[in-house]
Amino acid sequence: MSAKLQRPARKDPLHRTRLLPMPPAARSRQAQGLTAAAALGEFRLQRCEACRDWQYPPREACTSCLSDRLRWRPHPGGGELLARTEIRFGQELYFRERAPWPVGLVRLDGGPSAVAALHGDCGEAPSRVRLRLALDKAGQAMLVALPEKDTPHMSDDPLIRETSSDPKHRKVLITDAKTPIGRAMAQALIGAGAELVYGGFAEPWKRSADLEHLRALPQVTLVPLDVTDEASVRELAGVIGGKVDILINTAEHHRAETIASRPGVDTARQEMEVNYFGLLRLAKGFGPALKARAADGPTGATAWVNILSIYALTSLPAQATFSASKAAALSLAQALRAEMQGAGIRVLNVFPGPIDDEWNQLVLPPKLSPAAVAASVVEALRRGVEDVYPGEVAKDMLQRFLDNPKGLERELA
Amino acid sequence: MATRPYDDVVVAAPVTVPYVRFSTKGAHWFLARALAGLVEAVGITKRDIDGLAVSSFTLGPDTAVGFVQHVGLSPRWLEHVPMGGASAIVQLRRAARAVEAGDADLVACIAGDTNHVDSFRQSTSNFSVFARDAVYPYGSGGPNGSFALITDYFMRHYGTSAEDYGKLCVAQRANALANPLALFRKPLTLEEYLGSRMIADPIRLFDCVMPCAGADAFLVMRRETAKRLDLPHARLLGTIERHNAFPEDPVQFRGGWAQDREALYDQAGVAPKDIDFLQAYDDYPVITLMQIEDLGFCDKGEGQAFVRRNSFTVDGSFPLNTSGGQLSMGQAGAAGGHLGLVEAIRQLIGRPLGRQVAKARLGLVSGFGMINYDRGLCSGAAILAASGGKKGRKRK
Amino acid sequence: MTSPILPHLIADIVARRIQVIDLTHALTPEFPPIALPPEFSQSAPVRIEELSRYDERGPAWYWNNLSFGEHTGTHFDAPIHWTTGRDLPNNATDTIAPESFIASACVIDCTHEVAADADYLLDVAKLRAFEEQHGRIAPRSWVLMRTDWSKRTDPVAFQNIDGTGQHTPGPGVEAVRFLVEERDVIGFGTETIGTDAGQAAHLRPPYPCHSLMHGAGRFGLQCLTNLDLLPPMGAVVIAAPLKVRQGSGSPLRVLALVAS
Repeated sequence: MSAKLQRPARKDPLHRTRLLPMPPAARSRQAQGLTAAAALGEFRLQRCEACRDWQYPPREACTSCLSDRLRWRPHPGGGELLARTEIRFGQELYFRERAPWPVGLVRLDGGPSAVAALHGDCGEAPSRVRLRLALDKAGQAMLVALPEKDTPHMSDDPLIRETSSDPKHRKVLITDAKTPIGRAMAQALIGAGAELVYGGFAEPWKRSADLEHLRALPQVTLVPLDVTDEASVRELAGVIGGKVDILINTAEHHRAETIASRPGVDTARQEMEVNYFGLLRLAKGFGPALKARAADGPTGATAWVNILSIYALTSLPAQATFSASKAAALSLAQALRAEMQGAGIRVLNVFPGPIDDEWNQLVLPPKLSPAAVAASVVEALRRGVEDVYPGEVAKDMLQRFLDNPKGLERELA
Repeated sequence: MATRPYDDVVVAAPVTVPYVRFSTKGAHWFLARALAGLVEAVGITKRDIDGLAVSSFTLGPDTAVGFVQHVGLSPRWLEHVPMGGASAIVQLRRAARAVEAGDADLVACIAGDTNHVDSFRQSTSNFSVFARDAVYPYGSGGPNGSFALITDYFMRHYGTSAEDYGKLCVAQRANALANPLALFRKPLTLEEYLGSRMIADPIRLFDCVMPCAGADAFLVMRRETAKRLDLPHARLLGTIERHNAFPEDPVQFRGGWAQDREALYDQAGVAPKDIDFLQAYDDYPVITLMQIEDLGFCDKGEGQAFVRRNSFTVDGSFPLNTSGGQLSMGQAGAAGGHLGLVEAIRQLIGRPLGRQVAKARLGLVSGFGMINYDRGLCSGAAILAASGGKKGRKRK
Repeated sequence: MTSPILPHLIADIVARRIQVIDLTHALTPEFPPIALPPEFSQSAPVRIEELSRYDERGPAWYWNNLSFGEHTGTHFDAPIHWTTGRDLPNNATDTIAPESFIASACVIDCTHEVAADADYLLDVAKLRAFEEQHGRIAPRSWVLMRTDWSKRTDPVAFQNIDGTGQHTPGPGVEAVRFLVEERDVIGFGTETIGTDAGQAAHLRPPYPCHSLMHGAGRFGLQCLTNLDLLPPMGAVVIAAPLKVRQGSGSPLRVLALVAS
C-alpha cells in the first residue's frame, strides 16, 4: 500500500541542497517513438502492418516477418507480471540513491515481454498489471507497471512521484493571476493540494475582479510581476525564485489581428513582448533556481508550464500575429525543455484551442473555459505528461496537423 | 544433412594471464600476454601462428584487425567473435573447420579484457541497443538485474531454492582453493552464502561473478600438427552453437542447448552419462542449473533434485567448474567462456592448476553470453576427449 | 544691445539667489503609462534594458537601451499630437520654435478642491480668483494646475481607475477656452497623467485641453512634480522636448528657475 505523502518538514537551511543525478538518457532513434507517446500520455508500441505482431523493444524490422512497415499503435497496456526483482546496487547514482528500485518482467497481452519499473503496489508474480508509459527524470520514456486495480494513495508512490509533477504540497507561481485563466489556474492548483500559490500581476492600477477574488484566498500570495519588464522579473525571482516548485506561465497578450487588419506593428510587438520575450525573461530569471532544486526534498522543484495555443503549431490567419507570437514561444519552450531536461525539470506545453475570452468573442463554439484549461494542466502535472492538447478543437487540430499539415494550412486560411 | 564429425581436430596449450581486480593496462596488453604465453608454451615463434580468433569487450575502438597490427601478426585467417561467454566455443568451432580445411594450420584462440575502475559501468550502459533502450534505464542493474528476473522466475516456477544455488557456489569455491590463479580462495559456507547481502532480489553477492582483468587462450590445430610439435592435447568430438534460441519463450528458462544437445551428442558419439566433468558458464548459478538441464544431465525442472542428490567438487559425483569457475576465479570480460575451455584442456591433458578429476576422459564445456535485452542470446557447447582413444581409455 | 541678464543669471544660480527646481519624475519602468481602451494601440511603458555593466558584455562600461512611448512619464505634448493641431505649421517637437521652450509659469493651487473631488474641473471662476490675488496671467506663459497629485506615489492611487475609468482632475472646457482665447497662454501643465481630466471623454468637446489647446498650436505638460515649490507667479520654466522627427511629444526634463 502506498504511504500517503505527508507535508514535508521544514528544511535545515545549513544543509547543502541535494543535487539530482540523472537516469541514463541515451536512446535509439526508434525508441523515441515511445517518448512521443509518453509525452501525450499514450501507450503505444510498434505493430507490424504486414503481420500484426507487436514489437518490443523498438526496432527497424518486424521480428516475425521482417517487414519494415512498423507503425506506432495504441496498445491497451494489459499484461502479466512474470518475474520481479529489486535493484539494490544500480550502476547509476540516480538508482543508487533511490534503491531498492523495483523492476519486473511483464508479458504484454498479445505481445512480447518487456522490462518495466514496478509501482510499489504491484503484487508478486504471476499477477496482472497495467502498463503505461511515463517520462523519467531525464525526459525519456519508461514503462511503468501499475497494479491491476487502483489502490489508495497510488499517486504518492515514489515511482509515480519521480515521473510526474504532482502539485500536492508544492509551491506554485502563476505568472498572471489577473485573468480568468490565471484565477482558474490558481483555484485548480489549490484544489490539487498546492501549499502556496504566488499570483503574479502587472499594471496594478488596472482592476481585475479575478485578482480580487484570489486576494481573499488564504493559500494565495499576490506578487508584482510584469513579464515585459526585466527588472520586475529579476526582482521577483530574487525574492521568491527559490520557493517556486512549479511555474505556470499564464501571461498572455491576445489580440485578433490579421496581417492587413491594422497599420503598424505595435500590437504584434506587444504580443511578442508578452508571449515570447516574457517567456524568455521568465526563463532567465526563474530558470536557475528551478534547475537547482529538482531534488530539494520530496516536494522540490519539478515543472514549468507554458500556456501556448494550438495556433502555435499552425497559424490561424484571423489571429496572425498572435499565432506567430505563440509559435515563437513554442520554439523557445522547446529550447527551454532541452535546458531543463538535464536538470530534471519537466517543461509542459499546453496547446488550447480558442479560449472563451474577450478576444474570441466571435469565435464559434466549441471554446474552452478557463476552468477546463486549468483542469487539463493539473491533470498533466499529475500524470507526468508534457504536451497537452485540452479540448476538442485542440485534439482535432493536432490530428489534422499530424495527418496533413499542408491541408490544415489551407483549411485555416 | 547431419553435421560432419571432426577430422582429428585437437586443442592444446591452455594459457591463462593471471587475473587482477583492476589494471591500468589496456586489453591489448592482456591479449598480447596471452599470445606470448601460447608462443612460449609451444616453443614456436609468433610467425607460426597463421590463424587468430579474438574476443574482447575493451579492445575498442580496435577489433581483431587493429590487434593484429598492434602485435605484428600477419595471419591468413582472422575472426573477431563478439559473443561474450559463448566466444570460446564459437572461436573453437570456426577454428576447427579452418584447420580441417587447411585454411590455417595453427589457430590461436584468445580472449581477454582489462578492467578499469569505471569499466563495468561504461560497458553496461552501452551494451546493446535493446539494453540501452529497454533494460538499463530500469534500475541500471546490468546483468545482475536481468538475471535476477530470470532467477526469480525460475525459482518461482520450478521450486529451486537459494540453498540449491548456494550448494553450487560453495562447491565451486571449494574447487578454487587449490587453484593459485583464483581471485577468491577463502572457503565459502552455505551460511555465508545465504547471509550475504542481496544485490537484486533474489540474487545475492555470492551469486555474482567479479569483473576483473585477465586473459585466456588455447591453440587449435590438426592432430598431426600437435604430434609434430610434441604437444599434449585434447581431441574435439563435437560442438553446437545457437543464437536467439526459443524467442517465443516469454522469459528465459532454457537456452539453445535444449534445442541442439542431441546433435552435440550424436556428433561426439557419446551420451551425457559418459561425461566426466562439466565446465558450465557460471555467471549466475541459475544459468549453471539451466545448462545442467538443457545439456541433458536431467530433465527440465528437475535441476534442484539433481543438485540435491549430487556433489559438485572435483572429487564429487558430478565435478563442476573444477577450477572454481568464474564465481571464484573472476570474470575477465570476454575470457569468461575461455576459462572453462582452458580448464577442460588442463584436466584432459592431466595438468590442472588445481586438483585433478580422477580418470578424466571426456569433458563438456558450455558457453553462454550476450544478454542483449532480457535473455542470454548465445549458447554453445563442446565435448572434448583426452587424447589416446575416444571412449577414453588409454592416456598417453 | 546686449542683454545684461545672462552673466548674472549664472552667478545668481551659483550663489543660489536663483533656485533650480526640478519639476520632473525620474523615468522608471514602474511609472504608470496612460492606458487606452484595448482596441487602440497602447503607449509603451518605460523599459530600461541593460546592455552591459562592467561585465563580459562590455568590460569598462555601463549603458542601457531605453524604450518608451512619446507620452510617458513627465512629458511634453506638441500640437501635432491632436487631430485639431495636425495641420498647423511648426507643430512637431522638431519644428516648434525653440524660444517656446523657455517661458514663465503661473501655478494655480487647486489642492483644496481636488482633495474633496478627484474629478475636479478647473473653471473660469477659479482662474479669475487667481488673477485677483496674483495678477493677470501673462501671454505666452504656462498655466500649471497644482493638485499635489504627484504626491500619490502608489501607482494605483496615481491612476485612480475604477469601473467607470480614470478619475483625475483637469481643466473644464470654458477654462481652456478662456486661457487660449482670452489669455494667449503657451500651454497647460498638470501633475496627472493627462492635461485633460480623467473623465474628459464625457465633456463637450471631449478632451478639451488637447482639442482646443493643440488646435490653437499650444502645448501640454504632464506628470509634473514639485509644483508646490513654485510661487504662484514668476517662475521661469524650461521645457524642451527631444527633437524627434515629427515628434508628437517626448519625456523631458522640466526645470523651473525661481528667485529664492
